[in-house]
Amino acid sequence: MLDDLDRHILRHLQSDPDQPVARVAKAAGVPVATCYKRLDRMQAMGALRGTRAVIDWRALGYAVQVSLRISLDKTDPRAFDEFIAAARAVPEVTEIQTFLGRVDVRLEVIARTMPHYQEIYRDRILSLPHIADIEALMHVAAIKDSESLPL
Amino acid sequence: MIDLDPIDRQILRALQEDATQKAAEIGRCFGLSQPAAWRRIKRLTDAGVITTRRLDLDAEKLGFGVTVFLGVKLATKGRVSLEDFERAVTAIPEVQLVQHVLGLYDYRLRIIARDLPDFERVLRRRIMTLPGVGNVEANVLLSEERRPGPLG
Repeated sequence: MLDDLDRHILRHLQSDPDQPVARVAKAAGVPVATCYKRLDRMQAMGALRGTRAVIDWRALGYAVQVSLRISLDKTDPRAFDEFIAAARAVPEVTEIQTFLGRVDVRLEVIARTMPHYQEIYRDRILSLPHIADIEALMHVAAIKDSESLPL
Repeated sequence: MIDLDPIDRQILRALQEDATQKAAEIGRCFGLSQPAAWRRIKRLTDAGVITTRRLDLDAEKLGFGVTVFLGVKLATKGRVSLEDFERAVTAIPEVQLVQHVLGLYDYRLRIIARDLPDFERVLRRRIMTLPGVGNVEANVLLSEERRPGPLG
């Protein structure tokens, strides 16, 4: 299990994953070796899976970002599996989530322009299997995007 | 906007998976010298393609078992300032994501909580008390996967 020191280390590291471990150790008030040992342990137990680079798709010309909220036809028991497998094959889909609630699945879709989005929507999204209903939310601005945990 | 060649795309995919890799390791993977790989990574960073690096944490193993996506509609649009709502919602530690959207809702939120009672506490004490908040729809996350996106 994790203790307060582990959480302390993660809290500092998640605020700036680029900082050297020495600075994290100093902030947590422990020797650098202890800090490394804790990080290795958290990695071994799977709590810390790694560090990922976040890509800004806008910088690559993908100006359109849409959140598609999808209800599936649940009379077919294979609906979820088949829908998700087909959605994975669409390169412009960047996230796939399943839910308990009014929405069954959410897809995040990016496109260069509105005509490009329309093309993806018509040719790739509407042809996905078992769709009962789709609602779209168009992304205007990111106000907060930290994905940090309140440790 | 910058153009990417196939090697740039492969580098981006590799850094999406593991951003701790040094230029030398990236170079070895794709048959580049260390300086050549470093120059490509620098170019992608300078162009704003690689923005930040993020810890990939297993929320459940850290005691956060519930993630909920909320659609929020403002009740008093035009009268309440969007800034008031945005400032207040951004300050809630359990709120990981706030997106201003067009459509059925005005905002999309991603909330992390320890369990369902903890989520209920956040919803009642923090979300429902936000200035201007109207209709709220909650969907509890069951599974999630991140895709590499159109990197060919």
